Amino acid sequence: MTLTQQIITIAIVVLGTMLTRFLPFLLFPAGKPTPKYVRYLGKVLPPAVFGMLVIYCLKNVSIFTGSHAIPEMLSIALVVALHLWKRQMLLSIAGGTVCYMLLVQLVF
Amino acid sequence: MNEISAGTVPARKDGKIKKAFLAAFPHTIPIFAGFWFLGITYGIYMNVSGFSFWYPMLMSLTIFAGSVEFVAVNMLLGAFNPLQALAMTLMINARHLFYGLSMLDRYRGTGWKKFYLIFGMCDESFSINYSAHIPDGVDSGWFMFFVTLLNQIYWFTGATLGGIFGSLITFNTEGLDFVMTAMFVVIFMDQWLKEERHISSLLGLGISFLCLLAFGADNFIIPSMIAILGVLTFLRKPLEKGGEIS
Repeated sequence: MTLTQQIITIAIVVLGTMLTRFLPFLLFPAGKPTPKYVRYLGKVLPPAVFGMLVIYCLKNVSIFTGSHAIPEMLSIALVVALHLWKRQMLLSIAGGTVCYMLLVQLVF
Repeated sequence: MNEISAGTVPARKDGKIKKAFLAAFPHTIPIFAGFWFLGITYGIYMNVSGFSFWYPMLMSLTIFAGSVEFVAVNMLLGAFNPLQALAMTLMINARHLFYGLSMLDRYRGTGWKKFYLIFGMCDESFSINYSAHIPDGVDSGWFMFFVTLLNQIYWFTGATLGGIFGSLITFNTEGLDFVMTAMFVVIFMDQWLKEERHISSLLGLGISFLCLLAFGADNFIIPSMIAILGVLTFLRKPLEKGGEIS
């Protein structure tokens, strides 16, 4: 690939990414009333999206081979427990991450 | 800058900006860990693929969407195919459409910052800006602006440093990327704990998991989005009748 082709490729990736980010705002501008169905979606989608993002983070974990997702499950259980206990975002995240690092580096 | 520091009204503005920055920063600390790890990894990956640090530096600045930047490395190494590059980008980033639909109201009235808020709306910035409890008296526009800006700075510096010094890192960082998973689990839980009914949360988890099993790690996001959209549309009447669900 020549430098020009590289620049075009990167520009297209930028353009595509921006399209996915700006499109809803272009379709439903602030000045006009947003259709009810779209407002409904704006309200009910986020919880589903957060669930999807959790799965998205875990997409490369294989349940059936290797460590059978045991380090992931244990660490997520710790995150949940810490968060139910203290409700401190940073503590829950740090606790789970340190636990996971210890498990994959020393145990599995 | 000179205009801002002179006079009483701008001074109040200074205070407002500082307050928003101080409120936003703690929320971004986990992202700092995650983005430095992933960003440095990305910079190293570009480095060993034969690209100078200019590539990760400029790409992290202009694209600012982690997964597609990794894929872009392969695009740059392969044959020139702009149409395929566009199709791949749209597929990988389609989830941003949902973020935009969710943020239509929240980004309203943020003035010139709105453009940057949308430009920098990665998974992490969207999640924090949607779910964070912004304290009373803190300007939400500036709060979301700093969340977005700090996150991009972390990613940009990580990718650049990785591109320059990447090969020198020696301590064992295996598993550090779990910080992102842990953060999304916490955000999911916060949402769960404050909602009355969990239908949408459960649908998101369940449908995505089923689609992951059915379509595999590389192809499950689009079917998941279509299925989530379909089921939520189907359930509109009962969900709206039950009042607020989130």
